[in-house]
Amino acid sequence: MPDEALIIYRANIMNTSIQLLNNFASLENFGHSLRASAYVIKPKCAEEISEAFQLAKKNGLSITARGAGRSYNDASLNGGGIVLDMSGMNKIINWDSATGQVRAEPGVTIQQLWQSVEPEGWWPPVVSGTMFTTLGGCLSANVHGKNNFKVGTIGEHVLEFTAILPTGAEVTCSPQKNADLFYSMISGLGMLGVFTSVTMQMKRVYSGLLEVDARPAHNFHEHLTDLLDNAPNYDYIVGWLDTTAGGKSLGRGQIHAARYLNEGEDKDAKNTMLLKNQTLPSRIFGVFPKSILHYFMSPFVNNLGTWGVNTGKYIASLPHHTFRESHAAFHFLLDYIPNWELSFGRGGLIEYQSFVPKETAEAAWSEMLRLSHKRGMPPYLGVTKRHRPDQFLLTHAVDGFSLAIDFKVTNGNREKLSAMLQDFDKIVLNAGGRFYFVKNSETAPESAKRFLGEDTIAKFKKLKKRCDPNGMLESDLYRRVFGEF
Amino acid sequence: MSVQKPFLPPATPLKPRLRGLIIGASSGMGAALARRLAREGYTLALIARRADLLDSLCKEINQAYEETRVLNYAHDVSNYDEVPDLLRRIVSDLGGLDTVIFAAGVNYPPILAKDNFDTDRQMLEVNLIGAFAWLNPIADMFQSAGRGQIVGISSVAGDRGRVGNAGYNTSKAGLTTYLEALRNRLTRHGVNVLTIKPGFVQTEMLKAAVGPTPFAIPVEKAANDIYKAMRARKQQIYTPWFWKWIMLIIRNIPSVIFRKMNF
Repeated sequence: MPDEALIIYRANIMNTSIQLLNNFASLENFGHSLRASAYVIKPKCAEEISEAFQLAKKNGLSITARGAGRSYNDASLNGGGIVLDMSGMNKIINWDSATGQVRAEPGVTIQQLWQSVEPEGWWPPVVSGTMFTTLGGCLSANVHGKNNFKVGTIGEHVLEFTAILPTGAEVTCSPQKNADLFYSMISGLGMLGVFTSVTMQMKRVYSGLLEVDARPAHNFHEHLTDLLDNAPNYDYIVGWLDTTAGGKSLGRGQIHAARYLNEGEDKDAKNTMLLKNQTLPSRIFGVFPKSILHYFMSPFVNNLGTWGVNTGKYIASLPHHTFRESHAAFHFLLDYIPNWELSFGRGGLIEYQSFVPKETAEAAWSEMLRLSHKRGMPPYLGVTKRHRPDQFLLTHAVDGFSLAIDFKVTNGNREKLSAMLQDFDKIVLNAGGRFYFVKNSETAPESAKRFLGEDTIAKFKKLKKRCDPNGMLESDLYRRVFGEF
Repeated sequence: MSVQKPFLPPATPLKPRLRGLIIGASSGMGAALARRLAREGYTLALIARRADLLDSLCKEINQAYEETRVLNYAHDVSNYDEVPDLLRRIVSDLGGLDTVIFAAGVNYPPILAKDNFDTDRQMLEVNLIGAFAWLNPIADMFQSAGRGQIVGISSVAGDRGRVGNAGYNTSKAGLTTYLEALRNRLTRHGVNVLTIKPGFVQTEMLKAAVGPTPFAIPVEKAANDIYKAMRARKQQIYTPWFWKWIMLIIRNIPSVIFRKMNF
C-alpha cells in the first residue's frame, strides 16, 4: 500500500485523526512509581490548544496539560485521555532587563528563566528545588521556594497571565482583572484552563552568590525553633532532617539559611553572575561523571544504607560555617545528582509533604517519625521549610512549617506503607495541617475535603462549571481527589 | 460528546492497577482469565457478544471485591466497524491500557463429513478477522507507547490441518501466524506478544466437540498457566505444558503418514 493510502486507511480505522492513534504514549510521574498511557499532543501555539479541546470534545476524551512531568504523583497524567505536552511552547516572549519583567510561554522552564535573567542582575523571585519544572506547572501547583515565609508562592509574583478555557474563551487575569480566576487558576492544578503566557516580576540581585550559614540542630525542638526564630533575619531558610535518628536526637539535622548580598558586598559581582559560574558541576572531583552516580547510590537506598548516610551527613554538619555559594547551587539541590530518583529502584519513590501550623508541628511530626521507626519504614530523606499562608484557592500553605519526606516503594512494602501514610494523614489533619496535591500521591478525597473546607470546594466547583462546563479538563489527580466531590 | 467516565478506584504508587482488556470474556478461558486478573488487582474491560452472561460475570467479580474492578461492553467481534470507537471509549474508561487478551473464538465442528461454508466463514470472521480488527489498532498504540502486552488465545488445533475441522484449524493457524507477525514487529518496540496454545480445556466449546478429548484440564488451570506466562512475558506456551511435546511429534509426522491418519 502506498504511504498515502496507508495513512488514510489508518485514519479510518480509528475514525479520528491520525495524531491520536500514533501519539499514544506511556507517561510516568517523576518518582517512576506511577504510569498511565494517553494520547500526547504537543501544541506550538494557543490555536493548537483550542484545536486539541475540539478534538477532545469530538472524541469524548478528557484532557490535561503536562509541563515537565516533574510532579511526584498523577498531576500531569491523564490515563486514556489527551495530554497536552506544553514543552513545545517554550519561548520567552519578552524580557525587559530595565524593569525585570518577563513574559514567557508556559512551557518555559525555571532553568530557561534564570539563565535568561541572571546575567543581567535578576533572579526569579521563587524557584522550585529543581530547575526543570515549567512555568505552567509551577503556576498550576503554585510552587514555593525556600523563601516562602518571606515572599510567598510563585503566584504572588505573577503580574498577569493569559489562558484558554475549555469553552474556547481566552482570558487575561491579574490580581485586578478577573481576580477570581487569577487566584484559582494559580493553584488550580490545571483544571480550569490552560495557560498560554505568564508575565512575572523578577527580583534584583547584586551578586551571583548567596551568603549561606550552615549550622546543626540537635533535636526537633531546636530544629523548628531555628526555622521560626531565624527566618526573619534571612532571605532563605531550609532544614535537612536526619530521618533515621530517634530518641533524644529525633528531628536533628542541619539548617541552611541564606541571604542575598547587598550592592557592593560582592566585589566581583559581574563575574559571579556569569552563567558559567552558576552551573552545577557535572563531575565529582573533576573526573567522575555525575550522570551515572545514581547507579552507585542505589545500594545505599535501604534502611541500613540510609541510616549510614544520614548519620554521616549529620556528623559532617556539626561545625557551624558560613560560606558563599551560587544561586543555582543553593536552590537546585535536587538537580545535583542527575536522575537521583532512579536510585530508588524499580518501584520508584513517593514523597509525603505535610504543612503544619507552628504550634502543633513538633508534636505531630515527632509522632509521625516515631511511628515510621516503630514500623521499620523510616523515610530516606527529610526536608523542612518555613511557610506563610496565601490567598490562592487551593493553597497548601499554613503559618508554620512543612516537612517533606521520601519513601522507597517496593513490591513488599506497598500495603504497609499505605496504611502508615493513612495514619500520618490523621496525625497531620488533627494538628490542623494541610497537604500538597502535587507531591502526596495517596491523599484521600475525605482528607482533602477536611483541610480545604466545604466553602473552598463549593467555590472551586462553581468556577469549574463556569470555565469547563463539559468537564473536559481532568487529570488522574483530579479524578482521584476531586472526582467524588 | 461530553466526557462521562465510569468511576473506577484510582491507581496510585501504593495501589498500582494494571489495565487490561479481554475480548471474548463471557465464558471459557476469557471468563476464567477475567476472574484471575481481577484477583491480581487488574482493572478490566470485558467484551463479549452475550450481554447477559457478561453482565452476571461482572456483577460476580465486582461484588466479590466490593469495588469496580471490571467494566462490561456488549459487542460482537465481527461487527468490525464498531471497533475504533469502542476501543477509544474503553481506553478512556480504563484510564489507559497495558494488556490485551484476544480470547474470542468459536468452533463449529462439521456435523456432516463435508465442511460447511457458512460455519467456516463465521469461524474465520470471529477467530481471525476479529483479531485483526482489534489487535491492529492496539498494536499501533502499543508500538507508539513503547510498552504493552498482547495475548492471543490460539490453539494446538492450528498446528496441523487435520481431517476433522478445516475451518477451525485454518482460523487458529492464521491466528498463530498473525500473532507471530505482531511479535516480530512489536518486540523491538518493547511490546510483548504471547501466543497461547491450549490443548483440551473444559469449556462450553469442549462440550460441543466431536470425538475424543484426552487430557482435558479445568479452565482455571489454563487461566493460571496463562497468567504465569504473562508475568514472565513469554512468547508462546502450550497449556497444559505437555502439549508442547505432543505437538512437537504431531507437527513432525510426515505428510505421507499424516494423510493416512484419522484424527
